Formats: sequence, C-alpha cells, structure tokens
Amino acid sequence: MEFLTSPPPPIKRLELEDPPAALEVAPPAQPAGGAAQAPGGFTGARRSIGAPQFSIRRMEIDDVSVAYSDRLAVKGVSLPVRQGEVLSLIGPSGCGKTTLLRSLNRLTELTSTATLTGRILLDDVDIKLIEPTLLRRRVTMVFQQPNPFPMSVFDNIAYVLREQGSRRQRKKTLEPAVHSALARAGLFEEVKDDLDHPALKLSGGQQQRLCIARALAAEPEVLLLDEPCSALDPQSTQVIEDLIVKLRDDVAVVIVTHNLQQAYRIADHVAFMYLGDLVEYNSATALFGSPREQRTQEYVSGAFG
Amino acid sequence: MLLLKEDKAAVEGSATWALSDRVGLAICWALGLLFCAIAVAIVAYLFVKGISYLDLSMLTTPASAGFSQAESGGFSDALLGTLIVAVLAISIALPTGVATAIWLVEYGRPAALARITESTIEAIAGIPSIVLALFGTVIFSSTALGFLSRSSEGVVFGRSFFAASAMLSLVALPLVVASTREGLNSIPRHVREASYAVGKTKAATVRRILLPSSRPQVATGAMLGLGRIIGDTAIIIVLLGATQNFAPVEDAPFPLDYLRGAGTTLTNFVYEASPTGNLNQPEKAYAAAFVLLLMVLALNGAVDVVHRRARKVGTWSS
Repeated sequence: MEFLTSPPPPIKRLELEDPPAALEVAPPAQPAGGAAQAPGGFTGARRSIGAPQFSIRRMEIDDVSVAYSDRLAVKGVSLPVRQGEVLSLIGPSGCGKTTLLRSLNRLTELTSTATLTGRILLDDVDIKLIEPTLLRRRVTMVFQQPNPFPMSVFDNIAYVLREQGSRRQRKKTLEPAVHSALARAGLFEEVKDDLDHPALKLSGGQQQRLCIARALAAEPEVLLLDEPCSALDPQSTQVIEDLIVKLRDDVAVVIVTHNLQQAYRIADHVAFMYLGDLVEYNSATALFGSPREQRTQEYVSGAFG
Repeated sequence: MLLLKEDKAAVEGSATWALSDRVGLAICWALGLLFCAIAVAIVAYLFVKGISYLDLSMLTTPASAGFSQAESGGFSDALLGTLIVAVLAISIALPTGVATAIWLVEYGRPAALARITESTIEAIAGIPSIVLALFGTVIFSSTALGFLSRSSEGVVFGRSFFAASAMLSLVALPLVVASTREGLNSIPRHVREASYAVGKTKAATVRRILLPSSRPQVATGAMLGLGRIIGDTAIIIVLLGATQNFAPVEDAPFPLDYLRGAGTTLTNFVYEASPTGNLNQPEKAYAAAFVLLLMVLALNGAVDVVHRRARKVGTWSS
C-alpha cells in the first residue's frame, strides 16, 4: 500500500485577460470607453446588465455609525438605496459591510451590545419609528447560508404570509401568493409538482432561491442579500445573479459580496468600505474602471483584501 | 472510480498503523463487543425467563394474599400503577422542562438568574432519588397539601400517586431540559434571524421554527425521562405507600380517589417479589421485570422513529 505515487497534476489556470470572442458583445447601455483600462481585469463584456431604466430613492442612510460595545464597526456612512438599481457593498472582511446591511432592518438590535447613531430613512420615515416586525416585512433579508425552515417548500412561504405564529388561513387561500413568490424567485417551475417536498432536501442553489422567494413573499420594498452566493457552486451563482438583476425593478436590492467579479457583474452602484469607513461610492463602471481613491484602486486590483 | 476505492481502503485500513495504535483499536473494539454481549445477555435471559413465567392472566389479575404462587394473583395493579405514574410525572416534567430550556436558550435574562437556574437543574440531576423521596414525604405530609393524599382528622398520610409523580417528575426534568437545550442550541443562529428578518416575533419563531426543529431532541429527553420514571424504585417505596394493590381514598370522586390513594408499580413489585422482598415469588418477579423491559425497549424504539422522521425533513448544511 503506497500513497502519493506520483506528483499531483499541474493546476490548469484560466486566462482571464482575453475573454472569448463570443462574450465581447457589450450590453448596449455600456459606455464603450474606459472599460479597457480597468484594473483587475474588469471589462465591459463581463457586465450582465444594462443601465437601470429608472431609479426611485427608497432608503436613505444618513451619517450612520454602528458600534459593538465601544468598537466602531461602521463610521458615519451615508448612502442612498434606490429601487431600479442593485447596490453592492464591497470591502475586505470586518469592514462593516454586513453590519451596515443588518442595520437596515434593525437586525443589529438582536446583538445587545450594538448601538446605532445617525438616521436611516425608509420612504422618508425614520426606521426607528417603525415597529421592528413591520419594518422587517418591508426590508427583508437573505443570508449567506441557505436556511430554509425545516418544513415543506409550501410551508416555508406560507409561514411568511401568515400572521405571526398562527396557522389560520387555509392552504387554498394562500396558494396564489405562494406560487407567485416562488415564480418571482424563479423556482416555481422546478418545484411545482411537489410543493410538499421538504425544503431542506432541495439542492443548495434551490434552497437559496427558496430563501429569496421567502423574502419576496412579504412584498418588501427593499431586499437585503448578505453574500447570498458564497456557499453555492458557480452555476447556481449565475442563476441567482440573473435573478437579482431581474428583481431590481420591483425592489431596491442591496447585496453584500466578497466577490468583486460578482459586484461588477450585477451592481449598478458600488460602495467600497474599509475599516468601517465608506471609502468610495460610485457607479459600478466608474468604481471598477476609474476609482477615485487610492485604496479602492488597490482593493479592486487585488493588492489587498 | 476503482482508484478512488483503493485509496479509501488504504486510508481506512489499520495495517500500516503503529503497533500501539493497533492494540488501542483492538481494545476499543473488544470493549464495544463486550458491552453488546452484556446487553444481549440481559435481554435474552429476561426474554427466556420472562416468556416462560409470564402468563397473560398476570397482566389482568391484581395481586392477592395467598399461600402459593398459584393463589397470589398477578400484577395488574402494579402495571397500571406504572402507567399512571409515568403519565402523571412526564406531563409535569415535559412542559416544565421544555419551557425552562426555551427560557434558558432563547431569552436567558437576567443572566444571573439563568446561571442559577442552570446549576439548580444540574443539582437536581445529581440528587439520589431516595433523597428526593425523603424530601417529598416532608412536603406532602404538610396540612396544606392534604388534598393530594389520604388525610383524616388533620393527619396527612403524604403518600399517593400525586406525591410520587410530583417527585418523579424532578427525576425526569433535568433530562428533558438538557436535551431540549441541546436541540435548540443545534439550530444555527442565522435560522432564527431568517425568521426575524421576515418580521416574525421571537414567540412565533420559537413556536413554529425552533420547537419543531428540536422535536427529536425533546422526544429523546422525554423518553429518557420516562425510562427513569418507570425505572425508579426509591420514590415509589417511600412516596407511593408501596401497597400491593390500589388503595383509593373513600372521600373523593373517580379518578381522584385512586390518584390520592396509595398503590404500587412494576419496579416495586419486582423488588417485593424478588427473593429479598416480602412476597418471595421470583418467577413473577421475572415476569414483571420482562414487562418492564419491554416498556423500556418500546420507548427506545419510539425515539428511533422520531429521529428517523426528522432525518426525512433534513437539516442545514454547515
């Protein structure tokens, strides 16, 4: 019995500098120039979306700071969140992007040491004045790990539609809403034959889309996504990215991601955070193509992270 | 594929291990086998003995005074007593234990009180049941609790199904709390947050997500608790009066008359019927012990069913 009889085969590296010719058709709304000299290999061809058709301001983050005990995680950040656009928060681990995301639906309040200063407005109303459970139905969230509830696909959505813990409202009356939520998340066709299937027995990508369907079932105005693809394979990731882009017209989408390519592919605006500070906020093409700040330039070109 | 299989065999085989590791593995293996053998021996012995002595009429006739084993009846009162005690005690321990666990895991405030509760429950788990029984006699002999047992002219007997079940529930409680906590703790934090993030309250989350998810562990705790309850002898002897038959009180309506009265259970019957006991009819002791064993095996089977059903629902990938 012998181990390691031969050295492992060499790793095949994909050449990213020259995308295949088929992909070079840039989306029509993409500005022609600028993309070529983008750092880190970001080229216009990799964008999967066109320019937004419209944009309506839904949330307004106004000089928000979040501290855990006395450690500042987010320092005086101001950002708009718009429907019709995908906003992506990027930055290295521990830069406060997830904390900022969680403060948008007051999930940070579940951590007893967290304190928030500044204002966050949802449709011009301070979210501190909105009852948390009500706010969290208007600003829903999808997490990093797919986390369907341990019940059937149907019940996962029905749970959101029903009043708190009640079981009232029959299956029949909830059916249209459940179907439409699944359809909006692009999952209906795959699961329609067996809505009683245990949700935790779906594939990882399907589970995550179920979580998106669940978040959409509440008919939110803003959808928060916390690295929704980091636990998924490339194919499922692409399905979800396409879905996110489709959703931007119905809800304002905010996505936290570690994956710069992903931010470049799907975001309209990008906010780069570093050590709690908002370093740069700009359109995706501008931030990746010609960053204003030195640190942004370094981060998107892979100098640190 | 073939290569993969060979690799696996190479990794799992112990042929390349150091001698000391191989000896260690052999000892573990032998000990495991030994415990299997002991368990099989006990069950097989009781099966053979039990089946040969058990007469179905024993399950339906109460014990009676008699000079020979043929005249002394069966143990129907004891069997029924075990069932009554089990139902009463677990119906106290299960809701109390689950509620305590929910409070400890999901709320836990004030933190100091939660810590005290935790160590109190651990302390209860460590108290020998005979000590609990003794304590029970003090409590249930008090005049204020006279309505739970036989009492006449201000003197409270303090021994009844109520008294025994109440103390037996303390035996089961720590097991229920511990395994419910284990169940709740095994649910990732982001699952709770996913429920809060669609506007659900903590109460709704506990009721619809967390408790259903920890059902297998709650069931395990309940079954372990039930096993301890039906297996306990000390509390029964001290707090149930340890008569050979039901001794209902006269001044109460059914079923309170029985529950306030004294009685017996299978464990007590086995003890009394064994050569050390007053009845000294070992054949019936074996028969009763066999019935007791069947009950415990049935509980184990039930836990298995709950766990298998939970596996069908699946769990979160970590």
